[in-house]
Formats: sequence, C-alpha cells, structure tokens
Amino acid sequence: MIDSLRRAWNRVVAVFRRAPLDADLDAEIASHLEAAIEENLHLGMLPEEARRRALVRFGGVTLAAERQREARGLPALDVLGQDLRYTLRTLRRDRGFACVVMLVLALGIGANVAVFSVVNTLLLRPLPFRQPDRLVWFASNRGKGGLSEQTYTVSAFEEFRRHNRSFLDVTSYQTFFNSIQYKLTGRGDPLPIVGVQVAENFFPLLGVEPSVGRLFTPEECRKGGRAAALLSYQFWQRQFGGDPAIVGQAITINAEPADITGPVTVVGVLPSSFDFGAVFSPGMQVDFFVPAYMDFWRTWGNTLAVFGRLKPAVSVGQAQAECDSLFPQLRAAHRDWWEDYESTLSTLQDRVSGRLRRSLYVLWCAVALILLIVCINVSNLLLARATSRSKEFAMRAALGAGRGRLIRQLLTESLVLSVAGALLGIAFAWAVTFYLARQSQMTLPLLSTVRVDGAALAWTVLIAISAAAVFGLAPALRVSAGNLQEALKDSGPGMSQGRGHEHVRATLVVSEVALACVLLVGAGLLMRSFLRLLDVDLGFKPAHVAAIKIEINDYGKTERRGPVLQEILQRVRTIPGIEAAAMTDMLPLDRNRSWGLVSKEHLKDNVPHSAFVYVVTPGYLETMGMRLRAGRDLSWHDSAGVQNAVVINEAAARREWPGQDPVGRPAYGAGDGEARVVGVVSDVRESSLEDRASVQMYIPMSQFSPEGAELVVRTRLPIAAIELAVMSTLRSLNPGQPRTQFRPIQQIVDHAVSPRRFVMVLVTSFAAFGLVLASLGIYGVISYSVTRQSQEIGIRMALGASAARVQFGVVAQTMRLTLIGIAIGGAVSLVAARAIASLLFGTEPADPLVFMGMILLLASVALLAGHIPARRASRIDPMAVLRSV
Amino acid sequence: VGKERLELLQGTLDVMVLQTLAAIGPLHGYGIARRIEQISGDEVLLNQGTIYASLVRLQQRGWISSDWGVSDNNRKAKFYAITRAGLKQLAHGMAYWQRLTGLMGRMLAFDSEGAGK
Repeated sequence: MIDSLRRAWNRVVAVFRRAPLDADLDAEIASHLEAAIEENLHLGMLPEEARRRALVRFGGVTLAAERQREARGLPALDVLGQDLRYTLRTLRRDRGFACVVMLVLALGIGANVAVFSVVNTLLLRPLPFRQPDRLVWFASNRGKGGLSEQTYTVSAFEEFRRHNRSFLDVTSYQTFFNSIQYKLTGRGDPLPIVGVQVAENFFPLLGVEPSVGRLFTPEECRKGGRAAALLSYQFWQRQFGGDPAIVGQAITINAEPADITGPVTVVGVLPSSFDFGAVFSPGMQVDFFVPAYMDFWRTWGNTLAVFGRLKPAVSVGQAQAECDSLFPQLRAAHRDWWEDYESTLSTLQDRVSGRLRRSLYVLWCAVALILLIVCINVSNLLLARATSRSKEFAMRAALGAGRGRLIRQLLTESLVLSVAGALLGIAFAWAVTFYLARQSQMTLPLLSTVRVDGAALAWTVLIAISAAAVFGLAPALRVSAGNLQEALKDSGPGMSQGRGHEHVRATLVVSEVALACVLLVGAGLLMRSFLRLLDVDLGFKPAHVAAIKIEINDYGKTERRGPVLQEILQRVRTIPGIEAAAMTDMLPLDRNRSWGLVSKEHLKDNVPHSAFVYVVTPGYLETMGMRLRAGRDLSWHDSAGVQNAVVINEAAARREWPGQDPVGRPAYGAGDGEARVVGVVSDVRESSLEDRASVQMYIPMSQFSPEGAELVVRTRLPIAAIELAVMSTLRSLNPGQPRTQFRPIQQIVDHAVSPRRFVMVLVTSFAAFGLVLASLGIYGVISYSVTRQSQEIGIRMALGASAARVQFGVVAQTMRLTLIGIAIGGAVSLVAARAIASLLFGTEPADPLVFMGMILLLASVALLAGHIPARRASRIDPMAVLRSV
Repeated sequence: VGKERLELLQGTLDVMVLQTLAAIGPLHGYGIARRIEQISGDEVLLNQGTIYASLVRLQQRGWISSDWGVSDNNRKAKFYAITRAGLKQLAHGMAYWQRLTGLMGRMLAFDSEGAGK
C-alpha cells in the first residue's frame, strides 16, 4: 500500500524532473554499453564487433529508454502535453476555423450557463433562508381570487397560530404594504419609500439575522411602543451610504394611513442576502421594515399574508389536514369571522416559483437543443477540416500511431476548443446574468439574485466536456478509420473520401435541420401566444396614460375630500398637454383588494360575493379609456352625505343581475348600507392579461376613503415634458407631496406580461441562432460537395449541361436534405408542442399558421444557403476543369 | 504467446533483480543483467535494456536504492542495492513464486497421469 503510494508520488515527481532524469538514464546506458564492450574486447573481439554485439544484447537503446520513461513517469500526462502542444500549434495555423468554432461554442455554452443560472436560482437553489424546505405558505380561499381573498384577518392568524400543532411557529406580514405610502422627511424633499409591516416573529422564523444592530423587541411590536424600523441593506447603502452609525438614530417617516408618523428609531440593518421583494413580491424593492401592530390591523379585514415553519417530521400534507379541520373549528368558535379560511398549503418555494416551473423547464430544453445543434455544427466543421487533414493522419498512422492514439489526439483538440468556448461562454453568461439581475421591470421572483455561481461553473465544466465528447467523437472515429493507402495517394480533390464520409455529414445536417425546426416551431407558438396576449381587450387603453402616486391631504374629513380632489384635478387639467386627469387608489394589473358586492336578490345567499374595488374620481373611466356600457360615470354630486353610488363592470352585472338592467338598482357591499348602481363599464383585466376579468366595482373617492392615491393623466406629450409642471402644481397644493415619478400605464401592462416575454424572447433568440447554425451547416455540406464534384460538373457542362441545369441539381440536393430534416423535425415538433400546450395562450399546439410559417422560413433559409454553392457550381469553367484533369 | 510471456516476464524480472541484489550485494545495471543471463543460461532471452524499466519501478517503490559509484575497472557506474523493504518484498515474492510453481507442477502432473492420484 505504502509502496504503491510512494511509487505514484515518485511518478508525479518524475514528470516534472524529466530533463535531469533523462540525463541520468543516458549516462547509465552509456556506462552499461561501455562495460559490455569492454567485456567483449576481453573475449577477443574486434572493436567494431564488440560494439555491435553489445548493442544487440542491449536490444535497442531508444526503446529501452522509452520503456524506462514510461515506467518512471506518467505516460498519459506526457501524451496529453504532447497533444496539447500539437493542438495549439495546428489551431494557431487554422486561426479562422478555431475562431468560428470557439465563437459558436461560446454562444451555445454561454446560453446554457445563463439559463442554468436562472433555473438554478428559481427552481434548484433553496430560498435564502434557514431550512427553507420547512417553510409553508398559506393561501386562503383555496388560493383563488385577489389578495384580499387569499389573506387572513389578525384574528384568524392569531387563533391558528395559537391552536395548531403542526408548526413550530406561524408568522405574517401586512400584504397591502404597497398601499401604505411612506415618505422619509427631514432630509431634503420628502422621499417616497417602500416599507413592509411584519409580525414580531417574521425574521426569527425565516432565520434572518441583522447585519448591523438587532431585530425588533416585543415592546416595539405593540401599539404605543417605541417606533422602530429595520432598513434593507440596499436602502441603507443608497440612502445612508452604509454608515453603521445610523443604527440607534431616529429618522422621520410619515405614513398614510397614519399608524406610524414621526421619528422612528433605526434598530438594525438587514443582510444583503435578504431581498423581500425577490421572494414575496417580484419586481418590488423594499426599503425598510416596521412591526405590524396587530391591534391596529385587528379591525381591517383580511390583510395578513401568512406562512409558517413546520415542526420536524411533519409533512405539508399533515399540516394541510390539520388546517382543514382546525379552521372550521375556529370559525365555529368565532361568530364574527366572515369567512371559512379554507386554506391551501404549499411550500414557500412552490409559491415563489411553482408557476414558472414549466416555463423554465421549457427554456432549459430549448437551450439544450441549441447546444445539441452547436455540437452537430462543430462536428460538421471538424469533419470538413478532417477531410483536408486526412493525409496528415495517414502519415501519422504510417509512422506508427495507433488508432487509439489518433482518436485521443482528435479528442484533445475537441476538448481544447470546447474549453476555450466554455471560457468565453462563461464571460457571455456572466454578462447576461448581470443584465438580468438588474431588470427590476421583470416580475420574475428571485431574478435579482441570479448570478453565475459555483453550481453554474460546475455545470459549465460538465457541458463543456460532454460537448467535446459529442462533437469530437464522430470526426475522430471517421478520420482514424480512413484507409491509409488511399489517403496517402495523391488523388484528386475529395477522391480519397468515401461515400460514407459524405453520408455522415448529410446525416448531421439533416438532424441539425430537424432540431432547428423543433426550436422554430416552439418559438413560433410562444411568439404567437404572446402576440395574442398583446391583442387581448384589456378594457382600457394604456397608451398615452401615466400615473403618479400622490398624497391627498383631506384633513381627515370625508366631506372635505371632494373639494380638495376637485381642486387638484382642475389645476392639473389646466397644464398644457394634459387631455384628461383623474384619480384612483388602485390601477389594473397592479395592486388589488376586494370587498363584497351583492344584489338585493342574492343577499340571502350565505356565500361571499367578492368584488375588486377601485376608489376613483369622476373622469377616471374616460382617462383610462374604459368603455361605459350603460348608465353614467360617477360625478362630483356623488359626494359625502348623498346616497353611495357605484359603477360596476359587466362581469358584476352578469353575476348579480343576470338578464336585468342593473342601472338604478340597489347594491350591497360598497360601504355600509345600500348603494345605487349608476353605470356599467366593460370588463377590465385586473389581475393578469390571461385571465378573464372578475367582478369589479368603482366607487367615488368623495364618498370612500382611498387606500393611497394615483393621479392618472392622459397626454400625448412625453412624460418628461409634463412631469415638472405636474409636480410643482401638486407641491403648490400640498407641500408634503413626496418626490414621486410617473409610471406609464403601458409599463404596468409590460410588467404583467414580462415573465411570458422573458421566455418568448429567449426561446426566439435560441431559435434564430439555431436557424443560422442550420443554414451554416447546409452551406458547408453543399459547398463541400460542389467542390468535390467540380470535375464531374465541369465535364457535364462540357458535354452540354446548361448552367441552370447544374444549379438545379445542387439546389435539389439541398432541398432533399432540408425536407428530410423538416419532415423529422415537424413530427417531433407536434409532440413538443403538446408538451408546451399549457404555456400557450389562444394558440393551438398544432397551430397550422405557425407550423407552415416556420417550415417555410426554414426551407427558404436553407434554399438561400444552398443557392450560393449552386451558383458557384454553375460558374465552373469547363475548360479550366478539363485542362486540370 | 508474446503477450503472455511479457506479463510473466515483468513480474519475474522484478523478483530476479531483487534476488540477484540480495545474493550478491550492490551491482550496476549491466552486472545485474549479466548475472541473470548467466544463471538462466539460454532459457531467457533477455534484452539487457529491459532491466532499466524494472530498476526504476523497484526504486520508486523503495525496494532498492541507487548511487553512482566506481566499478572494479575504474568506470563510473550506477550501483543498486536492495533495501530492507526490498528484502521483505523479496521474501513475499519468493513465497508467491514457490506456491505458483508448486501448483503448476501438480497441475501438469495431474494432466499427464490422468485422474489417478
């Protein structure tokens, strides 16, 4: 054992002491021969004979030295070194070839690493919390409906937390945090900031420790306790320059509704690894956290998002079972609860990225296809190159290189190319992930934490090596199997290459075309879905409309709010360029909340009749470009003290007043008592573009207090042109107006479709890349075969074949390869399309338009690729060819 | 046949070298080769150069040591000597070869005389 280790070590050492060891061996052999010659002389031989006999007995000096070196060092390593040196030399000679191959590989591997990084972050890597697999998310109302329906009251949360036996602990945060407009004051202009109210045990349950300072104390979490805040790392860096001295100091935060106002002590800073938005609210950047005062929120209905940490050995299924029995018991014990809280439990990881799983797997498959196409392409290039090197290999074989040795040399070349491509690819992937992580517009969870990490690097090594094996093996086997004698004979161009060689290349091209076809069809389907989605009737017109968060100072009195709003709007409307202006508290596809809406007939039903509620001013419908179907818009006459008015959407009319005209009828749920339906508007897609609109109602801001407020303006001018004027108008009316920015409504719509766009854009670019590679492959093969057949073509032309006839022959050859590829690819696409059916929108998996379109595209690009060599073939000069024969 | 013989030779050559060094004491490569030739007579056709691969193998395992020195007739030569680990290994190798030759003997006897014994 010991001696084996010792030998292994000595062999490694010997590799690096080659020169002195060789000198030593030479000296030893020399002394050996001298001794032998001397002995032979003693036996009476002539000097010549003595020397000859000594050498014969020794049996080949070079061979013996070689054997000794093999026994002494690591021959495999020596061979590798040799191969590497040789590879670098040949690649340097073939610079153009090496560059093309490395670039193609870099794109293929880079795309794979980038997609892997995204998949790894969203699906594979555990969430950045302690034991994240034990965290379980609660979705009330079986996970259906808007935020108000999927969340819990303080009472429901507290009761479940107290009585359950499945969880170590259950925590919550205030889910409508985005409705609370915080601003940081006392440091220049009032600055709007985003804060989240969290339960006392929120951070301890997640296992998040502050990087500076401490978490909240129980005292700070009670209403009336000392106001305390934790800063997010990013906000701390941005606003306070990462100064640790801020901890312990007071900052001034104002909030609507005013449960926190005034000086708040910063008690700590959260670690940079904790990104609330990335996990719980994609696309949102949170600046600070304050305790949620449960006593404040107790009367507010469903406001808490709830999740818990399972006890060891309790499964999600067991917790779900307990939930299903415990909530009805709690409901029975609490007559004042409005809902059953039928909850669906899932792991937090599932909640965060479960919806995206299929999209991401599709992306992963698409990028794997790309790598396959890249490999086939490189394989093809290597084969072409091998053709021109066949004499070199025949020569080496003739000099004694075994087949294994040749294959090894070729695989080393492949590996060198692959590794170089991978290095470039990592740089490419790094740039892509760097870009992606900064796309705050995209509502992909955890996107901001995407990066090329250790796992991605390991993945790179894996795919680089397997790629080298895949694209290197076929050419290596082909070349090394070549007929030595034929190759050595100096025959005409390509004559030495058998039909088999060309057959392999044709097969490669066909499979390349087939793979590209699958990618193209997939991309086509996704693109068509995306276009369909953009064509959806939103119920409003996002173009030329923008919204800005504003602060309304109504002095806390409903009856004074109407005139305040009217004045703001009047002043804003006078700004040149503004065509319409109004206010709302929630925008479609942005935040939402729901109340109930029920007609008199349905009052007796004991089921919740939920409806999304929007508190708006008159003119909002017009400003947003919504269509009034019946009745009238809200008006300033619907003010405090007058009967509550409500505008409903068509879905509401269908649900509550089927077959009747709802205008003028009483409705319940919009405030206390009875409200009157004054108008009906067309449905607005409020949660996503894909889902049909739910029941919605619009109630006057002059009668109901809004949850935050957005000023919505319609203008044909660029936003920047009016932003200043609007801000100064708002400031002149309310000096406390924070320095907010306009959001184009189109941006909110884009936001909502961004995950779909993300997948669509990536798959489409992969498909485009695949198309380019496939056409390169076709070009390579056809062009090579034209070169090979140039004599034949020349002779045929000399015998009277026209240029058109020759061109047609080449093009026909191209089309044959392409059509076989398309036939195979089309069949595979049909299967693949069914697999991605759930990602499609308004598009059949077997959409004939997409299939036909993509097949035509592929065929015409192939035709183009074949046309260039075809033209070259038709220009062959028969005389020149005949002379050269 | 060639392959089988090579395999056999490699293992045997190492033992032969160790045995030679154990019996005679420090020797240079030529001396070892000559000694093996003399003892084996014409039965082994040994290329003398082959000895050097065996020597480096044994030395790397720590079974022999080497040093440049001066031979009887005043020539510079590299002398090899068996080490303590080498002696242990030799005992090991000898036992192995004795068992193997014994077994082969019995097998061949069994073959020629039928199932009698």
